[in-house]
Amino acid sequence: MPLGIEYESAASIMKRGPKETEEGARRLSRRALLLGGVQLGVIAALGARMASMQVDQAAEFRMLAEENRINIGLIPPARGLIYDINGVVLADNEQHYTITMTREGAGDVGVDEILARLNRLVALDHDRLKKAREELGARSPFVPVTVAQRVSWWDVARVNVNAPALPGVVAELGRSRIYPQGLDMAHVVGYVGPVSDFDLSKIDDRDPLLQIPRFQIGKTMVENRLERDLRGSAGTKRVEVNAAGRVMRELDRIEGTPGADVQLTVDARLQNYIQARLSGESAAAIVIDVTNGDVVGIGSAPSYDPNVFVQGISVALWDELNERDVHSSLHRRPLAAKTVQGTYPPGSTFKMVTALAALEDGAIGPDETVRCVGHADVSDVRFHCWKRAGHGNMNLNESLKQSCDVYYYDISQRVGIDKIAAMGRKLGLGERHDLPMSAIRTGIMPDKAWKRDARGEDWRIGDTVNASIGQGYVLTSPLQLAVMTARIATGRAVKPRLVRSINGVDEPSGAGESLGLNENNLRRVRSAMYDVSNHPRGTGYRTRIATEEFRIAGKTGTSQVRSITQAEREVGVTNNEDLPWNRRDHALFVAYAPADNPKYAVAVVVEHGGGGSTTAAPIARDVMLQALYEGKPPLSAYPSATRGQIADQQRRLDLLIRDIQPGRDTDEV
Amino acid sequence: MSYLEYQLKFVPVGFRKLLYLNWPIVALVTAVSGFGFLMLYSVAGGSMTPWASPQIQRFGLGIAVMMGMAMVPIWFWRNLAVVGYSLALALLVLVEFIGAERNGSQRWLDMGSIDLQPSELMKITLVVLLAAYYDWLPLNKVSKPQWIILPLLFIAAPAYLVLSQPDLGTTVLLVSGGGAIMFLAGVHWAYFATVIASALALVTAVFQTRSTGWQMLKDYQYRRIDTFIDPTQDPLGAGYHITQAKIALGSGGWTGRGFMQGTQSRLNFLPEKHTDFIFTTLAEEFGFIGAFGLLILYTLIIIFCVQSAMTNKDRFASLVTMGVAVTFFLFFAVNMAMVMGLAPVVGVPLPLVSYGGSAMLVLMVAFGLVQSAHVHKPR
Repeated sequence: MPLGIEYESAASIMKRGPKETEEGARRLSRRALLLGGVQLGVIAALGARMASMQVDQAAEFRMLAEENRINIGLIPPARGLIYDINGVVLADNEQHYTITMTREGAGDVGVDEILARLNRLVALDHDRLKKAREELGARSPFVPVTVAQRVSWWDVARVNVNAPALPGVVAELGRSRIYPQGLDMAHVVGYVGPVSDFDLSKIDDRDPLLQIPRFQIGKTMVENRLERDLRGSAGTKRVEVNAAGRVMRELDRIEGTPGADVQLTVDARLQNYIQARLSGESAAAIVIDVTNGDVVGIGSAPSYDPNVFVQGISVALWDELNERDVHSSLHRRPLAAKTVQGTYPPGSTFKMVTALAALEDGAIGPDETVRCVGHADVSDVRFHCWKRAGHGNMNLNESLKQSCDVYYYDISQRVGIDKIAAMGRKLGLGERHDLPMSAIRTGIMPDKAWKRDARGEDWRIGDTVNASIGQGYVLTSPLQLAVMTARIATGRAVKPRLVRSINGVDEPSGAGESLGLNENNLRRVRSAMYDVSNHPRGTGYRTRIATEEFRIAGKTGTSQVRSITQAEREVGVTNNEDLPWNRRDHALFVAYAPADNPKYAVAVVVEHGGGGSTTAAPIARDVMLQALYEGKPPLSAYPSATRGQIADQQRRLDLLIRDIQPGRDTDEV
Repeated sequence: MSYLEYQLKFVPVGFRKLLYLNWPIVALVTAVSGFGFLMLYSVAGGSMTPWASPQIQRFGLGIAVMMGMAMVPIWFWRNLAVVGYSLALALLVLVEFIGAERNGSQRWLDMGSIDLQPSELMKITLVVLLAAYYDWLPLNKVSKPQWIILPLLFIAAPAYLVLSQPDLGTTVLLVSGGGAIMFLAGVHWAYFATVIASALALVTAVFQTRSTGWQMLKDYQYRRIDTFIDPTQDPLGAGYHITQAKIALGSGGWTGRGFMQGTQSRLNFLPEKHTDFIFTTLAEEFGFIGAFGLLILYTLIIIFCVQSAMTNKDRFASLVTMGVAVTFFLFFAVNMAMVMGLAPVVGVPLPLVSYGGSAMLVLMVAFGLVQSAHVHKPR
């Protein structure tokens, strides 16, 4: 058995004499004993204090605890309201009554007997009652449990009159969120819901309000992102309670600060029109005021009613909104705000970016032509133009007007992807525009470095060719496309903003500084966009605006979701319409108007809508007119050939459009 | 270096070391933590979540760390003294810049899933560094002024950083813990007399300068002292906590109101009932017997540590053991005095009982050192 081990060399033994060591140890022991004695003394003092409090004065303290005590209750603040740009209320607080009871209060009568008595007075919901009974059994006797919610004033009166027979039952006045605009604003304002353990684990927030059971906090969108402003801070009330926890009287109260009111830049009437116009589609439309970046309309379809979330949503409805039973190829994602959460290949709407990059770089002159024969061969791969027969000789204006692809295949190879991507980013693509909305997507503005990092592969020339017409790796959200259009229309770095003011304090304007682009180049691109919508050969000519001072300038886009396979061609599938819905092309349209003095920029994406000119452009034009006329436009604003059809459409939409009156002036609130 | 100055006859090796652990301390630490689990279960309203269950897991981890450290020779830990202290100091500086702010104090480093509180780490590394210093320093130099400056700096640097977080409780613990080691090492009486005298002068100065331009503490710190002196003058604000804590404690009586029956904690009268004020819940539910019982357990831990230190001829080992004992003592004494209204509320947790991962682990590391010293004592 190894008894001892030598750890160090003998040399170190000699360093300190045994005498000194002995002396050190003795002194240490002495002082340790002393210190230990002091500690024991302190411990004795603590023990004595304990004994004096818990043994000698126990009766006194117990009386303080039992008989009368002062309890501090929280007064939840009123949540800030949310208004639109004209003072229309988008999120309001509604008062309602809640009936609660405590097990302790029931006393000898018993919980079941009291609930039965209550049920004779007020019709109680069966499920709620069952849950309340469980909670009453499980929780501490003095915790109030909600027995009925949103009861009428008459029910409350009946309960109060019969109070002596209903010990422990209390009717309380509560506040709850309500969204008067229903599904119109769901994708902007979001909704509130009862705070959950999951919420608490995610946020580092010590606000005592969050400890109140079922306290409502913002779950998504503006309600969530501006939670701190909207919530306000709790007040306190000091009440005297008896041994049962019953409130004897209120001593005093300090009112809290109500939440800040928020005014959005959105126009509720325009928003209402957008949602109506988009109904039936799976689509997104967004309107930005180019002069200050204000997002005046931001619609996404399908939508949902946020009010169903406020009190907790039923499982069936939740499943329905999540499309549990829908065949996966038909998912229209009602819960997604496609304006910021959906990303799509921009298709031909991206061509302005490629063109501007080439012009700024000097890689191509504005009148230089490229010959389109319907296809281009790039390193042994054939890239087709959408027009198989070819466009012939194309310059910048013609190529954008007729949306020739081959022209962009050619110039993109001259200027290179990195400069195109830099231009895209300058115009707001691949950037996360931080509106107070949830899960805003960044999209992808690919360049060589991106592909190396994300895919671990080298950039190929074919990738550039694909990107030049907004296909391949490029992904953009409708918001980004609207920002891009606004920046082209103004030449300034327009920054979108959704919040006009918080508590009456204006947020900074998003007008932005100059982008530093050559004004001549911008003018050429703009005039080509004008021709898209106003030249008889333009792809958007059919959806022009006839009113002289409101002329529109736009660009169509049709982006492939998946190309038609050889096998499908063999069985005769050549047309987009022949494909199943989820594989049809996305339809896109971006535009600004009035063309000579831009006020609004619009971007519309219709998921699997087919062609940009046939599906997206009409929506964009209608929305634009609605914004410009601040209401229903006259038929004279439409090209004469389509007026009959438009009149039909307006009659149909009138059924969906609500009469929204401008609200009170928010400054007076 | 002091180790082989004794005729080293026997040091246990391998698993035999387990036989030489200070088992009473292991048992006491477990018992105290057990009290903690019970109380955390109770204050959560009879639920393992959110506090009891993670606390048990951390205790399990802590026991493993303690055992692991006990197996490693004590001189290895001594050799880490400078490194450990420097690391803790660096983290304290780091927390100044990138620390997360909670409750108005910047104390935490957010490291993904675990939150690190460097000031906790510093409590133990400071003890180890000072012990190593006085182990190295020849005895005749201990009271020389030039050899006093260095340990004072060791204490002052972290104390300053922690005070600026601001965390008064930990500062008090660091300064008194460090001072205790200097005292044990044999620094002359006169120094301590001077320090205590000037501390009294400082306290006077603090109060004299109040609400003048030279005010030395923050307003809330003054208010805490005010409410400590007379809790009734602000029964709704800061004094509310102390008043309610005292009511909870006093109403426990001899035997308490029974497990999970305390109305003060149930009705949410008590603040921070799972952390700094957990003792009040314990006293309310288990009465004088429970509260005094816990005090006895704590006292026994101190006694076993002092006994182990006094019988250990290795200077470093004794100093570390005593240092841990004093720090541990300060923890529970300050906490108990605070909730019983004998000291101002400074934010010191009840060791091994209050909910908190950093504090629990650091204490177990400290007892790991005590165990290592005990196992490897010269026999």
